[in-house]
Amino acid sequence: MARNGGVAWMRTTEKIDGYDLSTSDTEEVHVLAVDDSLVDRKVIERLLRISSCKVTAVDSGRRALQYLGLDEEIQKKETNGFDGLKVDLIITDYCMPGMTGYELLKKVKESSAFREIPVVIMSSENVIARIDRCLEKGAEDFIVKPVKLSDVKRIIDYTTTELREGEQREGARARRRGINKRKQREGDDDLSSSPPSTLSSSTSSSPSSSIQSATAPLSPSTLDSPTRRLKMTSSE
Amino acid sequence: MDRNRLHNQVASMRRSLFDQGYLDDQFIQLEELQDDTNPNFVQEVVTLFYNDSTRLIQNIEQALNSRPIDFCKLDDYMHQFKGSSSSIGAKKVTNECTAFREYCNAENAEGCIRSFQQVKQEHAILKRKLEVYLQTVTSFSNSMSCMETILSYIAYTIISSSLYIENMDKYGKLFGTTPQTELGVDKCLTTL
Repeated sequence: MARNGGVAWMRTTEKIDGYDLSTSDTEEVHVLAVDDSLVDRKVIERLLRISSCKVTAVDSGRRALQYLGLDEEIQKKETNGFDGLKVDLIITDYCMPGMTGYELLKKVKESSAFREIPVVIMSSENVIARIDRCLEKGAEDFIVKPVKLSDVKRIIDYTTTELREGEQREGARARRRGINKRKQREGDDDLSSSPPSTLSSSTSSSPSSSIQSATAPLSPSTLDSPTRRLKMTSSE
Repeated sequence: MDRNRLHNQVASMRRSLFDQGYLDDQFIQLEELQDDTNPNFVQEVVTLFYNDSTRLIQNIEQALNSRPIDFCKLDDYMHQFKGSSSSIGAKKVTNECTAFREYCNAENAEGCIRSFQQVKQEHAILKRKLEVYLQTVTSFSNSMSCMETILSYIAYTIISSSLYIENMDKYGKLFGTTPQTELGVDKCLTTL
């Protein structure tokens, strides 16, 4: 369900520092954008807002971890536990002073609470070794800067699909936990084979699932991203 | 008409900025991010870029003047500079940054200093051109909103007049009509 940017402005509110304390809107994707560059932060924020996302933009990996509640130093002091809204996606610059995007990626993927959050890396340098390293560490995708609207739309599309699939799986699991035991047995079989079937039905498939189930058929549209082509070859 | 002239000016300025290689596709991306909810987005980003890059230029100057030259630091600053300039679609500036970084990697101080002059030059040229261009765009959109206001007022007048005329007989009974008024009404109705 593609959201029309023209409709979105009625719903999203403009925040200066991006800390949105309103209750979570399950329809909108909440993105944590991390970039030390003022210009890039402004642009990525706008790109995300126009793609109907809630955005929290921070200027360093450290602040990103603080926002998530992963910063060890802060955690002990933080009694009111400001963790803001649930983050659905992290999009981070690679080259940053202090903590690089790669280090942030590592920290997120190593945490039990946040490892499920997809992380997208942005970089002005199109270095294969760098891309590989990030993907191996669990990055969802790698965007070469300057970032375009099409890049953002692509990422939001499959994040939304993944979220919806996740919710569907949750819902299906809940239904299966229901009364009928016979259905429960069949449901377990369904669960193990469900990723490929959902992938083939959706036009914007998840590339991370393609690594887990290498046999999953992907539609041509998912091969737009060079990273995905890379992932396809590395998973084969 | 002033408005047409402005429109043509805007169009030809924009075309030449692209044709002469000052701007690339990324600038178009910025333009596409501008709408009624964010009517000054392009201006804001450009302003942000020039404030940010001025700071970086000062840092680079300092680094180039220090002895020995810290090429690592220089490359770092230039990397940031290049990143921002490519994010706004400043094509020539970005290209000069690339050239600079090559001299930097080769630790060629002379090359860096010369190249940096080019960076600053392109940076300044684009700044002037963008100032003029964006100012013209603003004038044009102001004139447009002026026209829109006038046109909507005219439309309002026509609609309310036609509503009045349609209900003239009712009003006529209220205020009383003369044969002359009725003739006038017919004339109005035919012209509308």
